[in-house]
Amino acid sequence: MAEDREPPPLADAVQTDFREVEEGEDLFVSTVSTLSPTSPEPASFPAEDISTNSNGPKQEILLDDDQEDLFAEATEEVSLDSPEREPILSDGPSPAITPVTPTVIITPRVDALFDRSLDEVKQISINVLYLFSIIQAFYFCLQGDGMNAYMAYKVTTKTSLSLFSRNEFSVKRRFSDFLGLHSKLASKYMHIGYIVPPAPEKSIVGMTKVKVGKEDLSSAEFVEKRRSALERYLMRTVNHPALVKDPDVIQFLENTELPRAVSTQALSGAGILRMVNKAADAVNKMTIKMNESDAWFEEKQQQFENLDIQLRKLHASVESLVCHRKELSVNTASFAKSAAMLGNSEDHTALSRALSQLAEVEEKIDQLHHEQAYADFYLFSELLGDYVRLITAVKGVFDQRMKTWSKWQDAQVMLQRKREAEAKLQYANKPDKLQQAKDEIKEWEAKVQQGERDFEQISKNIRREVERFEKQRVKDFKVVIIKYLESLVHTQQQLIKYWEAFLPEAKAIA
Amino acid sequence: MTSLSQDCDKEKLRSVSVDLNNDSSLLIDIPDALCERDKVKFTVHTKTTLNSFQKPDFSVSRQHEDFIWLHDTLVETEEYAGLIIPPAPPKPDFESPREKMHKLGEGEATMTKEEYTKMKQELEAEYLAVFKKTVQVHEIFLQRLSSHPNLSKDRNFQIFLEYDQDLSVRRKNAKEMFGGFFKNMVKSADEVLISGIKDVDEFFEQEKTFLLDYFSKIKDSTAKAEKMTRSHKNVADDYIHISATLNSIAADDNTALKQHLEKFAELLEKLRKVEGRVASDQELKLTELLRYYMRDIQAAKDLLYRRARALADYENSNKALDKARLKSKDVAQAEENQKQCLLKFDKLSESGKKELTSFKGRRVVAFRKNLIEMAELEIKHAKNSISLLQGCIELLKVN
Repeated sequence: MAEDREPPPLADAVQTDFREVEEGEDLFVSTVSTLSPTSPEPASFPAEDISTNSNGPKQEILLDDDQEDLFAEATEEVSLDSPEREPILSDGPSPAITPVTPTVIITPRVDALFDRSLDEVKQISINVLYLFSIIQAFYFCLQGDGMNAYMAYKVTTKTSLSLFSRNEFSVKRRFSDFLGLHSKLASKYMHIGYIVPPAPEKSIVGMTKVKVGKEDLSSAEFVEKRRSALERYLMRTVNHPALVKDPDVIQFLENTELPRAVSTQALSGAGILRMVNKAADAVNKMTIKMNESDAWFEEKQQQFENLDIQLRKLHASVESLVCHRKELSVNTASFAKSAAMLGNSEDHTALSRALSQLAEVEEKIDQLHHEQAYADFYLFSELLGDYVRLITAVKGVFDQRMKTWSKWQDAQVMLQRKREAEAKLQYANKPDKLQQAKDEIKEWEAKVQQGERDFEQISKNIRREVERFEKQRVKDFKVVIIKYLESLVHTQQQLIKYWEAFLPEAKAIA
Repeated sequence: MTSLSQDCDKEKLRSVSVDLNNDSSLLIDIPDALCERDKVKFTVHTKTTLNSFQKPDFSVSRQHEDFIWLHDTLVETEEYAGLIIPPAPPKPDFESPREKMHKLGEGEATMTKEEYTKMKQELEAEYLAVFKKTVQVHEIFLQRLSSHPNLSKDRNFQIFLEYDQDLSVRRKNAKEMFGGFFKNMVKSADEVLISGIKDVDEFFEQEKTFLLDYFSKIKDSTAKAEKMTRSHKNVADDYIHISATLNSIAADDNTALKQHLEKFAELLEKLRKVEGRVASDQELKLTELLRYYMRDIQAAKDLLYRRARALADYENSNKALDKARLKSKDVAQAEENQKQCLLKFDKLSESGKKELTSFKGRRVVAFRKNLIEMAELEIKHAKNSISLLQGCIELLKVN
């Protein structure tokens, strides 16, 4: 509860200036975070049994609904403790904030992670710790100039799943590694209807500023935003019952060395190929006219279409709120300074003191607004941003189903043609060609059957995935709404405190 | 055309300057105002027991320019040189809500009907608030005049209150406006005049230093407070959009989330009203307070200027007398002139001292009252917000 939280113990936190970080100190250590709050579905099937067939889930994955609900209450939601974090949101010189590195407080609520009371609960929680500072990024500079430097993220995993060789381990990963992971998972699972969580977006501008060595608050803000986004991305990925067992995921989390994912670069050969494919897909989407026999799919697609539009709108409004709240914070700080000067200038003693007190109150309030803007962003805005991207993935999966259907239809058409060809050849006297035709018919019959099976499989998968997705969405939003409201409560309570302290000062003016 | 009937909101702004309208022999208020296109027409209502007026109870219609005329006339009156003339009310400024209304019209297509209606309501409220504010500053101006022992007896003031026809004939014609331009130039010369020379009189020296410095500081504070209030309003407006979109999502939603979204949207709608009140209360108690006293301090500075000019006149008359004595020509006239200048200067200094002292007292009292009220309102609104928020949280957690 927000009310129970104590103000962050700033004195104890890691609070070093950028320059001192060379010792390899952890600058930012996030609180234990599980943004998607509950235990995953894997609990319903024997986690010990690691499938050796690692090329994608050919086996059934059972989703046991009952067990899922058990977990809903079991694990305490531990999320980014946003209100406690030192705000690093203001860009540009904010008068009330002295240039100090952002500090983050750890309160590892380990007990919340491992709810041992439920034996069947096997749970992964991942801490993504941001280890290397901007300066230390140059440690990884490949050759010469700063543009080759990259930010390394330390990914720490704590788990009791026997999928992994240890209970706790850390690795270093680059942003492109995350993109590479997503790319692999997408290519493996999307075409059979799994909703693969999308990776955070690239940002050339943001990263360039960091590389250029700008040690200002906006760079720090960018890095923290990215770190947090990567963390949420990983959490969503491992919360997926099939994906968590995927060897690429396991490798990503465990292996010290990872082959560099070059194909994720925008202008690489693979990148260009991706763009071409995307364009082709878009064209196909327009041309495929599917006979939808299943009302459920039609309904769901429409639903997601609507939700997409609304969420984007909401996201834009919340971004505007964040922006205005930041402005409010800056303007309040500016007023505080002005009021202080006014107080100094005032020659009536008691009034002078009251004005100085007012200045102090306003300065504290500007900090409050700043922290609230932080909460606005990390709780509310980022969640919406994530879901906008997730829904794009969902729509992608529906598109895959259309493609599968289309392939099946094409196979049927082809089969028909082959049959017609064979019929024609019956009357011509070409025995070897006839045999070939008969073989081709067999081939295409098999393809048609496979096409139908694929279509049915993807339809089934999608139904299940959407159900899981919706459950997760409800949970995520419920949790975030409450957390956000609690942050607002906290702000208001602080406001009362400050003004109640000021009131006697105002009354003391004689 | 917007008409306005005054209500208890009058009290809010009146507290900016206290001790007004205590003397029942001359009671002035502005019960009504009409807004026609760009012009605001104020109904000035006077109730009096004084014989100098033709009727005991009467009303006239005045425009903003009439108030300015009255103010400038008083400033130019020699007799009142030793008084702090209450600052003229600022011109009615509907620019901000008008601009916002325009933007709203442009963005109408992107909003739901509900959202648009709410934004429009919000803007109308803002427009009304500006309107109320302008009425009140005009009212306060008149009330300060009526409660001043000297100024209340001014002939032009009486004309302003009584003359039942258009005052436009008496207002500045081109020639006078030109004169006004010169006046401003002289004023800037005055600033140099009084800031440069150290005054012999301790009291005035202190006052001068204080007022000059304080003026620049309070001007800055006023501007910053205004920016702060505007940001606050922006945040409240954002809540409207968020609430409306949440409602749209909730309408389409058929999961367990529906109720959460609806309650959240409802809460935000209530919260934004509170935030709006916080912003407008802050504006009234803080920004308006600062703005008013900024103008008042300018009026006090003007008094110092006039005194400085009187001193300069006196010094010049001394020099003229010496010259006359040297030439033995027009000595009596020069002596008389010098005596008059000294008299004038002494009178100015004496009344100036009184005015400045009472001004300080007035200022301190007004600040105290407004700061207390602002703090109390902030606390009240925050408590209100908390109860709304916690109520909602309870409801959501139960589900």
